[in-house]
Amino acid sequence: MRGPQAGLEAHLQLQLGALDLDVELAVAPGELVALLGPNGAGKTTVLRCLAGLNPLDGGRITLDGAVLDDPAAGVLVEPEQRPVGVVFQSYLLFDRMSVTENVAYGLRARGRPKTEARQVARAWLERLGLADLAERRPGTLSGGQAQRVALARALATDPRLLLLDEPLAALDAGTRTAVRRDLHHHLASFEGMRLLVTHDPLDAFALADRVVIMEQGRAVQAGTLAEVTARPRSRYVADLVGVNLVSGQVEGGELRTPGGVRVVVADAEPGPSYALIRPHSIVLARAGADGGATSVRNQWPGTIIGIERLGDRVRVALDGPLPLTAEITVAALEALALRPGDPVLAAAKATEIEVYPA
Amino acid sequence: MTRAGTATRARSRSRARSGRSAVPAPVLALAAVAAAFFALPLLGLVWRAPWSSAWTYLSAPTVTTALRLSLWCSLWATAASVVFGVPLAWVLARVDFPGRGAVRALCTLSMVLPPVVGGVALFFALGRRGLVGQYLDRWFGFRLPFTTTGVIVAQTFVAMPFLVITVEAALRQLDGRYEEASRTLGASPWYTFRRVTLPAIRPALVAGAVLTWARALGEFGATITFAGNFPGTTQTMPLAVYLALQGSNPESAIILALVLMGVSFAVLVSLRGRWLGAAMGGGPGAGSGRM
Repeated sequence: MRGPQAGLEAHLQLQLGALDLDVELAVAPGELVALLGPNGAGKTTVLRCLAGLNPLDGGRITLDGAVLDDPAAGVLVEPEQRPVGVVFQSYLLFDRMSVTENVAYGLRARGRPKTEARQVARAWLERLGLADLAERRPGTLSGGQAQRVALARALATDPRLLLLDEPLAALDAGTRTAVRRDLHHHLASFEGMRLLVTHDPLDAFALADRVVIMEQGRAVQAGTLAEVTARPRSRYVADLVGVNLVSGQVEGGELRTPGGVRVVVADAEPGPSYALIRPHSIVLARAGADGGATSVRNQWPGTIIGIERLGDRVRVALDGPLPLTAEITVAALEALALRPGDPVLAAAKATEIEVYPA
Repeated sequence: MTRAGTATRARSRSRARSGRSAVPAPVLALAAVAAAFFALPLLGLVWRAPWSSAWTYLSAPTVTTALRLSLWCSLWATAASVVFGVPLAWVLARVDFPGRGAVRALCTLSMVLPPVVGGVALFFALGRRGLVGQYLDRWFGFRLPFTTTGVIVAQTFVAMPFLVITVEAALRQLDGRYEEASRTLGASPWYTFRRVTLPAIRPALVAGAVLTWARALGEFGATITFAGNFPGTTQTMPLAVYLALQGSNPESAIILALVLMGVSFAVLVSLRGRWLGAAMGGGPGAGSGRM
């Protein structure tokens, strides 16, 4: 583990309307972390807490050893006193000022002389390839340009921690890829800590060193992209990766779900666990067909609620005691003449189910 | 600046064009009645005015003195309303405190209070034997009633609510996220207020100040009860008009009233082109839209 001094250490507790936030989060110096989760998970609120726009109810934020917020100790550093820069989702550029004035704003607010502030701003605009736009008004910029100006404006104040809230969400699909590549390039050149919020896994995976998955105000999983997707620990990630995730208690070679469904598993330690069932390892049979003679130990009844074609493969969504998604070939689908509403048996070999502790 | 100005003009022109084609006939008819309702009394004044002797009335020293006093006092009242009214509007719009509704009602009460009663109330509060006035007199030897400062106080009392209401509405419609962005850039609340909030509400501020000024310029009741009617110190144009009407010379009153109206009309028209057009035409969008 790294020392207690460098980097961001945060434990955020906050009740805000329907949101119950309780998240522990760390960002190492020079690291780029993405906060990934569905809408309403509380990601933006995390950024607002770190920026000082929402004071905490409980917990503590320290940045490079300095306490920014600690309600128990009565410490709260105002937003303008924090070495934290923010790129907001809709950029929030000041429309009545030129691009240069926008970028110089933070320095002017800190009392730096006008000419000096403008010089620094120009240097940042140069660095981000915005020199031609220096005297333009924000209202005349494209989405990608506005995003770069917002980035320059945040970086010009030389923050230790840079927060980006859905930096690509305001862009249309056509420009997203180019802007994402561009943003990756510029973020890589900034050496401070960076925390990026997104609901788009592509953004997280393209930009970040490490991802933290958030769901309903909690951080449910953290790690590199490969780690997180190899062993999902939430329905959100499982859906993202497209696998079936079953949680329950392992005992005597079986995982039992809270709903009472049994999943026979191989080589599993007893205790609370996740079972990962890949869609292509599920075999479907018509209900009533004789499955007793096979070596497959797991057979779950279900009803087809959805059929989706992907090339020459078909994803079949099942409802039942154990909701599952199976992936079969078009030929198999046609041979079995499966339709939505049909009752089926889903089977999976115990050796093809991956089990890991919760 | 020039580019922004051109853009505003172009917008309002296109709006006027699209508006003309879309006005429903009943709206147009009722609007014409309303406009005539305002215009006809003015025409009546013009019709009855003794034009041949106008210059004699106008060059009377009491008239020029009253006009100068009116302008002087109404401008100071407007300035005082801006200095105290904008902070008041800000607190009413942004600070959630118990009894805010009551405070807001209190601050706008002078709009519904008959101005004469307002003047009497000011007298009880700030007069020589008043609630606060007795101490002003005893400790500082400072007396407000029957002074030019008293006129300004009376006008401010009656006119400031117009500014407070206009600015508070604009502050409520303002997108607070821009102020948050400013804070994260290292700007203090005061710097944020000056560079982000104030420019964003400027159209509403100007509109409110103009309304306040117009109300102060026409102020009669509170002025005459609180400040009296002394030529040169407290006799403003409306007071001079009233005196002329009551006295021997109602014809002079018409001329004076026309002068008062001419001056305010000129100011309102010139401001409307430059400021109010954007403020009023922009409507809520001017406040709630992008910065």
